[in-house]
Amino acid sequence: MSLPRALQPFLGLPHALKGAGFAVSPDQTIDFIAAVGLLGPRDMTDIWRAGRALFAIPPERMAEYDAIFRAVFLNQVVQSPVDDDEDDEVEAYEPTGDTDDIESPEDDSEVGAEATVIERLGRRDLGDSVDAALDRFKRDAARALPRRLSYRRRAFRKGDRLDMRRILREAVRRDGDVPRLFETQRKQRQRRVLLLIDVSGSMKDRSEAMLRLAHAVVQAAEWAEVFTLGTRLTRITESLRPADRGAALARASEAIADFDGGTRIGDALAAYLAVPRYAGFARGAAVVVLSDGLERGMPNALIDAASRLSRLACRFDWLTPLAADPDYTPATEGLTAILPMIDQLGSAATTADITEHILTMARAA
Amino acid sequence: MAVTPNIAGIRAPEELRRALTDAQYLADDALSTAAYLALALGKPLLLEGAPGVGKTEAAKALGGVLGRNVIRLQCFEGIDAAAALYEWNYPRQMLAIRQADDAHLNLYSEDYLQERPLLQALRNPTGTLLLIDEIDRSDQEFEAFLLEFLSDFTISIPETGTVRAAQAPVVVLTSNRTRDLHEALRRRCVYHWIDYPDAALEAEIVMTRASSVARGTAEAVVASVGLLRAEPLAKPPGVAETVEWAEAATLLNQQGARWPDAFKRSIGVALKDHDDLSYMAERLSSVLPGEAA
Repeated sequence: MSLPRALQPFLGLPHALKGAGFAVSPDQTIDFIAAVGLLGPRDMTDIWRAGRALFAIPPERMAEYDAIFRAVFLNQVVQSPVDDDEDDEVEAYEPTGDTDDIESPEDDSEVGAEATVIERLGRRDLGDSVDAALDRFKRDAARALPRRLSYRRRAFRKGDRLDMRRILREAVRRDGDVPRLFETQRKQRQRRVLLLIDVSGSMKDRSEAMLRLAHAVVQAAEWAEVFTLGTRLTRITESLRPADRGAALARASEAIADFDGGTRIGDALAAYLAVPRYAGFARGAAVVVLSDGLERGMPNALIDAASRLSRLACRFDWLTPLAADPDYTPATEGLTAILPMIDQLGSAATTADITEHILTMARAA
Repeated sequence: MAVTPNIAGIRAPEELRRALTDAQYLADDALSTAAYLALALGKPLLLEGAPGVGKTEAAKALGGVLGRNVIRLQCFEGIDAAAALYEWNYPRQMLAIRQADDAHLNLYSEDYLQERPLLQALRNPTGTLLLIDEIDRSDQEFEAFLLEFLSDFTISIPETGTVRAAQAPVVVLTSNRTRDLHEALRRRCVYHWIDYPDAALEAEIVMTRASSVARGTAEAVVASVGLLRAEPLAKPPGVAETVEWAEAATLLNQQGARWPDAFKRSIGVALKDHDDLSYMAERLSSVLPGEAA
């Protein structure tokens, strides 16, 4: 069957959207064409709006949608993100669309050098031990990650509420007799684990190991969120979703535009909390920050952000590669100031240290 | 797929927009287009947006325009079939069993059935608008269940049989986007992201919603709320806060408070977070509305 020629661009849009990684179903295409017919269409805006509504374009991918729409209907070339000087469009080209700029990027090479020196004194993270630690983590995560009570109930022999529906069914079956009472109890579910990973220059040696760890966490946990903090704030949870580690890490590295840049950890955390949707991820979660906490300047932003995180989260831990030494005490003004707000200051020297911490934090809480 | 371009006398997005305005809800073009398409295509309308931009109000206004009762299902974590569909009245059933003796008794008759929002909406699909509020608060189990409900609009009650809607009811879903909704659910719906309204529209909204606010006050409040939203606040003020702030300040002013002071004293209506208040404390006077007639 051949389609009317006038219909071609209307099929071209869903096709192009699919090519750009939007999830588009045939149903949506049919509805889109019906919607365009309904609206007239009197002008391009009608078609544009119909597409946006029917293909359910999320707000952060709007610029991307707009570019594709122009390419299909107005024959305009899709500009490459590099040529774009409008900042909002650049953001939408990020693979996750979840990137926020953090103000005042500065190269902290001085601090970075210091961190690397200290880091060299720590234990070395060898390939085999990393794999062993990650395997163990995946095996134990289901049981060991922190849990909380769910609002769902399930049948339980000694529960705390009567299961009236089941009791009545039983009574009907037995002529009004209730031989025993059935009870229910609240189920448990895993608490959200929120990993905030510092990918700045001072953490350079650790970045890849951290990403591998983050991938293991996203894979093993029922509910986890991972962000990287550098000069930009990037949500990489979705990038780490593929089970294949190589593919996932490639996607994540692509998403993180600011590996090894400078950072101000306080500003980065403040930027995280300034997005209400992201701040919501921390509510009731087990928050783990992986950072050396080295930064120049006043620690006020760090103190404010840490106190808010500690109030939002169920527990708030700070793991630093510098803490490999058992006698380690935080040296920077910022870390010292936020010690009272942190539930535990731990070591992030090796992957095994971090996985061990995440697996045991349920017990410590 | 049934397309009905004429819904209760509304034949185009502009007509819907005018009708919404008459119902005291000022919608922009994009929202009225999305809502019109949802009605015409018989699909659920999914409204997402920051808290306080008027998602629930939009649904209520839509119900008013269509002359339908709004049945609201407020989602929460752990919401299940008993809270969303139906529940049997167990104490009454128990009493009935005890009193019945040998007489025949139908324990699963209408007398003992407690309808919950989804069943209510199914039973009266032409007279109701089903509002599923804050779907992002529910858990994934409920979302999956809802998916099934929204695709064929049937509920099966094991004890009595299946309830099927004669025609698809009007459904509006809202989400604050505290978590990402499942792609399959979004796909079933007509989607619209409600943004904060622009200054002119928001001033109109304040004038429409508030009882006794002068236009100057409304514009001044809208301007400073715009400044507040540009700050990295934990809880940026929504449209509801704008309206309340304008009203609160007007009230204080009528009782004798001077202008900038009236805004300052009623700041608790707009900023509802201690951190936000202390963050803004030093610069508050530069953000506050100045003179407002």
